[in-house]
Amino acid sequence: MTGSLPAARMASVRTLRDEDGLVLDEALVLWFPGPASATGEDCGELHCHGGRAVVAAVLKALDRSVGLRPAEPGEFTRRAFANGRIDLAQAEALGDLLAAETELQRRLAQNQAGGALSRRVHEWRDRVLELSALVEAALDFSDEDDADVLPERFGQDRKALADEIAALLSAPRTERLRDGVRVVIAGPPNAGKSSLFNALLGNEAAIVTPIKGTTRDVLERPVAISGVPLVLVDTAGLRAEGAEAIEAVGIAKAHGEIANADIVLWLGNEGSGPGGALEVQPRVDDPLAPTKTAPDHVVSAVSGEGITALLADLSKRGREMLPKASALAVNTRQAELLHQAHSALLGDGHLDLLLVSEDLRLARIALDRLVGRAGVEEMLDAVFARFCIGK
Amino acid sequence: MTQFDIVVIGGGHAGVEAAAACARMGCSTALVTFDRATVGAMSCNPAIGGLGKGHLVREVDALDGIIGRAADDAAIHYRMLNRSKGSAVWGPRIQADRRRFRASVQRQLAELENLAIVEGEVAALVLAGGKVAGIELADGARLSAPRVILCTGTFLGGVLFWGEERVEGGRTSEPAARRLAEQLRAFELPMDRLKTGTPPRLDGRSIDWARLERQPSDDEVWTMSAMTRCRRLPQLFCAITRTNARAHDLIRDNLARSPLFSGAISSGGPRYCPSIEDKIHRFADRDGHQVFLEPEGLDDPTIYPNGISTSLPVEVQLAMLRSMEGLEQVDMIAPGYAVEYDHIDPRALDSGLQVRAIPGLHCAGQINGTTGYEEAAAQGVVAGLAAASSVYGSEPPPLDRGNSYLSVMIDDLTLQGVTEPYRMLTSRAEYRLQLRASNAETRLTGLGIDAGCVRPERREAFLKRQEQRAAVREEGLATRDSAVDSISLGSGRNFDQEIVEEIAEELRYAPYLLRQERELKELRAARSQGLPDGLEYRDVPGLSNEMVERLEAARPMTLGDASLVRGITPAALSAILVHSRKAA
Repeated sequence: MTGSLPAARMASVRTLRDEDGLVLDEALVLWFPGPASATGEDCGELHCHGGRAVVAAVLKALDRSVGLRPAEPGEFTRRAFANGRIDLAQAEALGDLLAAETELQRRLAQNQAGGALSRRVHEWRDRVLELSALVEAALDFSDEDDADVLPERFGQDRKALADEIAALLSAPRTERLRDGVRVVIAGPPNAGKSSLFNALLGNEAAIVTPIKGTTRDVLERPVAISGVPLVLVDTAGLRAEGAEAIEAVGIAKAHGEIANADIVLWLGNEGSGPGGALEVQPRVDDPLAPTKTAPDHVVSAVSGEGITALLADLSKRGREMLPKASALAVNTRQAELLHQAHSALLGDGHLDLLLVSEDLRLARIALDRLVGRAGVEEMLDAVFARFCIGK
Repeated sequence: MTQFDIVVIGGGHAGVEAAAACARMGCSTALVTFDRATVGAMSCNPAIGGLGKGHLVREVDALDGIIGRAADDAAIHYRMLNRSKGSAVWGPRIQADRRRFRASVQRQLAELENLAIVEGEVAALVLAGGKVAGIELADGARLSAPRVILCTGTFLGGVLFWGEERVEGGRTSEPAARRLAEQLRAFELPMDRLKTGTPPRLDGRSIDWARLERQPSDDEVWTMSAMTRCRRLPQLFCAITRTNARAHDLIRDNLARSPLFSGAISSGGPRYCPSIEDKIHRFADRDGHQVFLEPEGLDDPTIYPNGISTSLPVEVQLAMLRSMEGLEQVDMIAPGYAVEYDHIDPRALDSGLQVRAIPGLHCAGQINGTTGYEEAAAQGVVAGLAAASSVYGSEPPPLDRGNSYLSVMIDDLTLQGVTEPYRMLTSRAEYRLQLRASNAETRLTGLGIDAGCVRPERREAFLKRQEQRAAVREEGLATRDSAVDSISLGSGRNFDQEIVEEIAEELRYAPYLLRQERELKELRAARSQGLPDGLEYRDVPGLSNEMVERLEAARPMTLGDASLVRGITPAALSAILVHSRKAA
């Protein structure tokens, strides 16, 4: 199709032709022989002109070539992982990178895809191996005067490692960044929740009427404010009586949303909202509306007063709840494995070295799974590198 | 021409167990040895067992092997290593009287009906249609057999070193052995080179024992074999001395004269058993290393100084020895030396230790890159059971990493290969909590009975003990009292103490054992996923070149085996699975 193969990793101009020799495009062609390529396999890139017809014609010609097909979603990442070019944690981050919509998401994903998390996990894994080496040396080489008992620092080292893992576990999850910070607007019926929802979004996403119970379902819309991904959630008004069946379901859902919320904007009576909620006094333009003595925000959906300040506050609070772009963060799968490693490291205060060793083995398996690898031999390497063992 | 089912070449520990296992299975078996009198000889240290190694001895014994009983027949010192730790890492070890050990092995072999010991030198394998058909002896005689087990130790390219001297050793200088070696090389089996060493031997009569710390034989009565119930011989003590600054200076001054450091030996030696030169060089900050003085026999003054394997020049060895406490006047009976030899890359073998390229030929022992009597004996039994089963067209006993150290070793050898002489360590066994030296019989004797390698005497004894185990479990007698961590027995019934302790250990580790069972289930499921024989790993998308090389060398038979190959990731496994399904 390109006539001849360009030199490896050299951008070269080639005329693309279809199987009948018809010219399709003048394109820039790059050739990356494996294993030194993104996926570890031989890779070629065609940089065509952007016209839709050009691209379609080139794709069609490719499609007719033997052995070619479009990649499945994520296939390049999967191949790169399978070829050992990246590990599981990097592959996951790469997926996040591709899905990133806000600047913050992009920067975090970039950081992790570059292997920041993997490097940390590898470092932890090496430390678990070191600890295992100490235990195994005491178990397998007890006749050696070098290795009979655990050194004092074993306990401190293990504790220090467990603490570091715990610190990462307490940091925000990457899902929060991927899915957005959930901001739930809650309050009694007709408090102005849907009006505020629309005002924050800047459009008429929610139907607003003076009739109580107009909003029966949960409405949510993702927004990015100053690069911070938020999900605004409008809920049914909360009332104990007078709701018919459909609205009652909506109220139940609203309670669920409040429980799941990262931030609640409370529009009801001051102090009667859920704990930690922001007290918002709506309808500041309406002199008849109830007032709050110490509102966090005073807004008007009609005049737009206070909306900018509220958005700025949401963005500020949201950013604090998100992983720092420069810091490490884990997703739920990774957190689960780190939990396993953490509790295995804490152990049950065993005195039996065999069980200490078994716990360390479990911790190592968990860390291995996090980045997707395994191995006993490496642990022995660590043993032998450290000790003068054997007769 | 004489017809056998199986011919075993070599009368060391691997050959003895292989031949005996075949004979127990009812196969007509020939054990070919250069000299009948050397069958069962202990060529290196006088100890049997130890950490990890004791497990192997108990497992070979559980399959009705020879080594455990021979060890008890010859034991002049019993020591349970690691007794202060959990019982899963206890390491039963004895010091054996060499002469009595050999006599016991020979006596046990003589009791086997189907076994013939043939004296002779093996000249060549006889092949027919690419398969093994027997062997030819140096005198031209032929023994025909569809299975041959090669247990010839370091006979391939062995070279001995001490100081600047070197001697071709093993049996390479003999023309007959050379022919067999050439024949093996012609198959272009992957080979590699390893080294190992021994310490000098001392005359115990010239040692000042009174100045040295003694290590007496254990007071508690225990035995290597489940079939031995008491101690047979008077017990001797071992003693401990140390190297010191003076010895270290001597060694350092002469390092350049050691073939290990002069460059004469470049192959990999065992990290767990470094020469004293290595220890001084690598751990320069240490001011001394322990040396265990071990007797070699009741009526033999030879002492084996464990811990100072060396290949320094002879006069330096003597000076180093005499610098140590208690050894000021010592006489050296024989100097230590290093030996370098070829071994077969065990990844060329299948799980029955059969050479994949030469159907019918099995290899066991040091030729596979291992070290130690116990490792050799264990391979002998595995190769013997595999060969005998193939004669009957039946399956060998279902051994795996979850039920035996035997299998841990076979997996490690055939899937990972070796970079140093392979020695068993308990840390090699992921499921070591269930693989205790004390429950080898429970784990394996039943499997051995099913396979037909356990004779009636042991079978009866085993069944009786199984009844006791059932009773102890059923009555809940061995419940653990967590407060005092002791075993409380409900009734006053008299049980074998070892059995009560075995059940108590099961209970102690129960939650961990349960979790490991789940892991094992995954592994066993992966091991039921067979991989096709001729799988072209280069064609599997997504495998790195390194993975392809390792997989091609090891040729795993199942997906579970592939998972044990070093560096193989879960993603690579799924790629292999998908590809092999497509290929099928």
